[in-house]
Amino acid sequence: MKEKDLDFEVSPIEQERQAYRKRQGRRSILISIASTFVLAGAIAATLHFAPGWPRVQETFFSAHYFAKSFPLVLDGLWLNVRVLIYSLIGTAIFGTLLAVVRISKSPVLFPLRALALAYTTIMRGIPMLVVLYIVGFGIPGLGLFGRIPIEILGTVAVTMSYSAYIAEVLRAGFQDVSPQQRASARSIGLSSGQTVRLVIIPQALRKIAPALMNDFIAMQKDVGLISTLGAIDAVRAAQVQVALTFNFTPYIVASVLFILMSVPFIILNDWYTAKLRKREQTGGMV
Amino acid sequence: MEQVVLKIDNVVKRFGENTVLDHVSFDVHKHETVAILGASGSGKSTLMKCVNLLEQVSDGQIWLSGTDITDPRIDSDEIRARIGIVFQHFNLFSHMSVLNNVTLAARKVFKWDRDRAEARAMELLKRIGMDQKAKEYPDRLSGGQQQRVAIVRALMMDPELLLLDEITSALDPLLVGEVLEMVEEIKSQGATILMATHEMHFAHGAADRVVLLRNGKIAEIGTPEEVMDNSTDPETQAFFRILKE
Ligand SMILES: Nc1ncnc2c1ncn2[C@@H]1O[C@H](COP(=O)(O)OP(=O)(O)OP(=O)(O)O)[C@@H](O)[C@H]1O
Ligand SMILES: [Mg+2]
Repeated sequence: MKEKDLDFEVSPIEQERQAYRKRQGRRSILISIASTFVLAGAIAATLHFAPGWPRVQETFFSAHYFAKSFPLVLDGLWLNVRVLIYSLIGTAIFGTLLAVVRISKSPVLFPLRALALAYTTIMRGIPMLVVLYIVGFGIPGLGLFGRIPIEILGTVAVTMSYSAYIAEVLRAGFQDVSPQQRASARSIGLSSGQTVRLVIIPQALRKIAPALMNDFIAMQKDVGLISTLGAIDAVRAAQVQVALTFNFTPYIVASVLFILMSVPFIILNDWYTAKLRKREQTGGMV
Repeated sequence: MEQVVLKIDNVVKRFGENTVLDHVSFDVHKHETVAILGASGSGKSTLMKCVNLLEQVSDGQIWLSGTDITDPRIDSDEIRARIGIVFQHFNLFSHMSVLNNVTLAARKVFKWDRDRAEARAMELLKRIGMDQKAKEYPDRLSGGQQQRVAIVRALMMDPELLLLDEITSALDPLLVGEVLEMVEEIKSQGATILMATHEMHFAHGAADRVVLLRNGKIAEIGTPEEVMDNSTDPETQAFFRILKE
């Protein structure tokens, strides 16, 4: 709580304790600043004395190639962003459906439940890249749908793969809400739909928000794999530049852009979990 | 005699092979407090859940103010909304403030507007001295405060019947008193209460009648004096003697 705002008379012992904590706090800030400088210095020195460093610097961190490839890679990134957004929507829908089927108890749904179990188990075992190949080259190979844009194939593959992960996270979250909370909700007269909407989902989401966000950030990264289907996304654009110039800086450009893309969500996630923790937990020492 | 609010009529409840309630029958009248006593596992909670339609009876009937609530054609959500229940623990919704917990049913089931629901909730919370905590989340309350809020939530819509299932058994002994005091007060205001409890003193003082369950059957039924003090049945005597020690 905000002890400092409240002007309580405190005993000398508490004054001493507060002073000590303050000193400790200042000391740890100083130590962390110092150690940061030492580490940065060590890295800089190592690179400076490494015989190959000038060449590495020129090949990976060239300002010239950075500026030159940036617009092209950024252009490619736009494709990644689109695929990411579509996949996100697709995963939210398909993943929730899978989770609901997995949780259901109705005997009628048994075959679906078995299918969903098989699907999530298999999909989580196959590397994303393989899913991409199967969908990206397999579906057009069937020749049923004419020419399918790579954007759509990529979206389907990412959605198929990530729905399996998300479904399992959702399922765990739903099942983690204690049965008494459901009983409580039903006992005050809420219908089963209202119980799910007003009690189960909000409580489950709180618990799984960090896991969901993790999957989302991983998904953001994996969207870069659509380059293997030949789409000109950020990775592919960088690859083309590298092939033309024999300089690897465009890969760094692509990496920087991917990192930048994920930063807002990482911040959002940290902020959200911190908010929940602050609101719902009695402040403790550990 | 006053009007019958709850009529339990030959209720049987089985879980698989295990018969937990075996032809149980008794009534609860308006303004009456009935305590169900019995060893752990004797079926007290199961009976409460059957009354609140959280469990289905295997046989027999339960009537609430003249309606057969075991009839599968009735609207069970509507029946549940007419009965208030407080469980042993995990009553309150952890993701909602005290105020939202108390007003949820009014807003979502009875479709009151928020102002009306909150005005009523604040009035009830004030009566138990918890209006200061209306914006707090349940985790920040003591166990006793949580249970008192849960009782307020159960009372919010003036239920015909209040079910209390061992509402103090998860509490620190120091907090038991404040919760039981509140139950006494509700009783004095004329509520109809069916409660399961291990607090023998409280049952003796607060209940108009007690029902003693043993192996799923009613072993004794009567006033607290008749059942708890003056029973001639050796098993009943043994049960209360062990508890008194
Ligand atoms: N959902 C269930 N499935 C199977 N058996 C159950 C279920 N719920 C309760 N039982 C069984 O029914 C019996 C009675 O349980 P109940 O919870 O009604 O006892 P109780 O009298 O409330 O005990 P306590 O005083 O410990 O709360 C127990 O033997 C228990 O194992
Ligand atoms: Mg019980």
